[in-house]
Amino acid sequence: MDKSSKSTTSSLYERAIRERWIGKGLLALISILAVGYISFNAKDSPSLFVQQLVNGLQIGFVYALIALGYTMVYGIVKLINFAHGDVFMVGAFVSFYAIDRYELHTWPSKVIPGIPPLLSLLIGIITTILLTMAVCAILAIAIERFAYKPLRDAPRISALITAIGVSFFLEYFGALQFVFTPNFITYKGPFTTTTWYINNGIHRLEAGTAPPDNSVLFSNILIIIIVVSLLLLAILQFIVRRTKIGKAMRATAFDKPTARLMGINVDSIISVTFAIGAALAGAGGILYATAYHQVVFFMGIMPGLKAFISAVLGGIGSIPGALVGALILCQAEVLSAGYISTPMRDAVAFTILILVLLVRPTGIFGEPEREKA
Amino acid sequence: MKLPQRSTMIFFGAYILITVLVQALISFGILNAFWSTLLRLGAVYAIVSLGLNLIYGFNGQFSLGQWGFYAIGAYVAADMTFRWTQQGSASGLVILLLVVLLVGVSFLGVSWVLKRIPGLDPLSAFALYLVGVFAAAFLAIMLGRVLIDPASSILKSMPDALATQIVFFLAVLIAGVFAAEVSYLFGLPILTLGSDYFGIATLGFTIIVKVLLDNSDTMLGFEEMKGARGMIGIPKIGSWLWVAIFLLVVLIVTRNLLQSSHGRAIVSVREDELAAKAMGIDVANQKIITFVIGSLFAGLAGALYAHINGFLHPNTFNFIKSFDPMIIIVFGGLGSVSGTLVVSFIWILVLEGLLRQVLPEGFETWRFVVYPLLLLIMMLLRPKGLMGGTELPYLRQILPPLRKKEAKPEEVAKAGGD
Repeated sequence: MDKSSKSTTSSLYERAIRERWIGKGLLALISILAVGYISFNAKDSPSLFVQQLVNGLQIGFVYALIALGYTMVYGIVKLINFAHGDVFMVGAFVSFYAIDRYELHTWPSKVIPGIPPLLSLLIGIITTILLTMAVCAILAIAIERFAYKPLRDAPRISALITAIGVSFFLEYFGALQFVFTPNFITYKGPFTTTTWYINNGIHRLEAGTAPPDNSVLFSNILIIIIVVSLLLLAILQFIVRRTKIGKAMRATAFDKPTARLMGINVDSIISVTFAIGAALAGAGGILYATAYHQVVFFMGIMPGLKAFISAVLGGIGSIPGALVGALILCQAEVLSAGYISTPMRDAVAFTILILVLLVRPTGIFGEPEREKA
Repeated sequence: MKLPQRSTMIFFGAYILITVLVQALISFGILNAFWSTLLRLGAVYAIVSLGLNLIYGFNGQFSLGQWGFYAIGAYVAADMTFRWTQQGSASGLVILLLVVLLVGVSFLGVSWVLKRIPGLDPLSAFALYLVGVFAAAFLAIMLGRVLIDPASSILKSMPDALATQIVFFLAVLIAGVFAAEVSYLFGLPILTLGSDYFGIATLGFTIIVKVLLDNSDTMLGFEEMKGARGMIGIPKIGSWLWVAIFLLVVLIVTRNLLQSSHGRAIVSVREDELAAKAMGIDVANQKIITFVIGSLFAGLAGALYAHINGFLHPNTFNFIKSFDPMIIIVFGGLGSVSGTLVVSFIWILVLEGLLRQVLPEGFETWRFVVYPLLLLIMMLLRPKGLMGGTELPYLRQILPPLRKKEAKPEEVAKAGGD
């Protein structure tokens, strides 16, 4: 009421100041330039544009899995867990050892002869994913217990610096020759990649042939990533919304002292949050390694930071926000990589972060004080 | 005539003595090139870390952007001396001097305008500053084209060595101010964010700078920077004496700033923003001033680094390295000038020098496993830092110590009960 009566009496100049027209004009200029540049470059080859979007989808779901860990941990202890990206790296390496070195995914066919190969592969892969998730969860609980818990009452930045220390420790320990070695390692993956292309219907791409012009490619890995991610998201949403432990997590995120008064063991709930986040990051690690066929000790840094940006973009503390933020960020990233230059995608991602923080610090799904996971 | 305080005289005496001693050791060839380079790098790290200590240790703004300003300083200064020594033209020097001056003027002008527009949001203010910067830079380049030839001929009339030293000195100063102006422009909107968001945004700044440097020849259009191949041909004229002089200036500026009323205002922002505001301190202003001074130091250090190394590669300015000054000031103690000074030299001399020579072949990578562990142990057992509250006599401030932790309710109750 008051606001509307003011705006009718005040001059245009005052309105421009109050409603931040200059800043909005700058943002509008930037977005018009970006959209114009991309559409100018994309109009020659729409199929390439669609292909970029498909590629963005593939990486976007992986980032969403990592972002969930950030968003949950930040929601509950207000800590940017820098080590989360390295937990993701450890997950990728665990699956590398499990699948490439020890061929764990073939155990059902060894134990039960005569099992259909597809069923055997399915059970084997699920076992590997569960193993990786368990290892990551245990690692995260150990990190939380030894590094973060003693600093629970220290200033927030002390915990942040400790998180940086943990992250460096995991990276450089992983880089040692007898741990993960400092080299890029090829990751074969549990199954062979099959690629299809869409060009007047869906066709299978035979190995060693090139697809016809103007077709959009996608592989079985893309489908698996989307299915697994959505499944895990649904499970997480169920845990957070429907179970007792989820209720306790939401209560702890909302108000820690009161949650303690209500008989919730806050310390164990924080550990559980770290464990769930790390398990999701571990699953993300498997999917990432399967999609890109490569593991290396520093692979977690950039995806970790990008996932954090996704979490901020979607609204920190919100589970659907992490997914939406990751998908938007990855589309922006692949488009800038495709149409400007490949390294520019990092710059674009951080520019988006800065703009989001300036314009809408609560992110797309907003209200971080209420929507807690 | 009043003599300066005894601690002041001791400090300056000791500093000059050490500087001369090291210079003598270098001149007589007792310290080889490896160790003399490491000593100079230690001083450079000290300058960067002092800047960061000002921003984070004293003002409480968790910044990871120090390395980005260091990179800007390095490349800007290197470009100026490169153009002078390799191409014999003062074009870089003249244009950047004008850019720095005119952008400074435009900042003053825009802030004068902004004072007359109450209630303008930071983003709009940023947009106005951006317009001012573009106008100033355009004007500077137009004006600079006219002045390049006279300036070059003046410098050429001097002896060659002297002209190079003058260009170097000016290049370092201009690079520092350039970094400071970038930090002003960037810090203006960013400093309104909360502490850890500010950290991530400044980390993003470092990454953006690194990406731009990777494409400096294609996207920015500076052929001589050679993008991701690395910039070569920078004269190696960053001698120990220059570095020592700059370090001394930085130390004096830091010390005098912190002992002034400005310094107490800066520290009050760290202690409690709300209380500082209630005491009539312009919190936003203190934050931006500290951020700009800290980045100025980073720019100076980067410029010196470029002329010590003689070769610049964007990977040197990778954001992983941006944690180095942060870790140094945590080791040295947040808000401890002496600690930062000592740990910077230890960091370089031990991590890059001693351990590289002492550790057997193949164990060099262990260094990077040990220092995060040390950092963790430090945070858990001695959060005050290595030196704690002790300072060299000259650098000692009359300031409250860093607030250790938020008072827990039970502690407050206990204190009340007693």
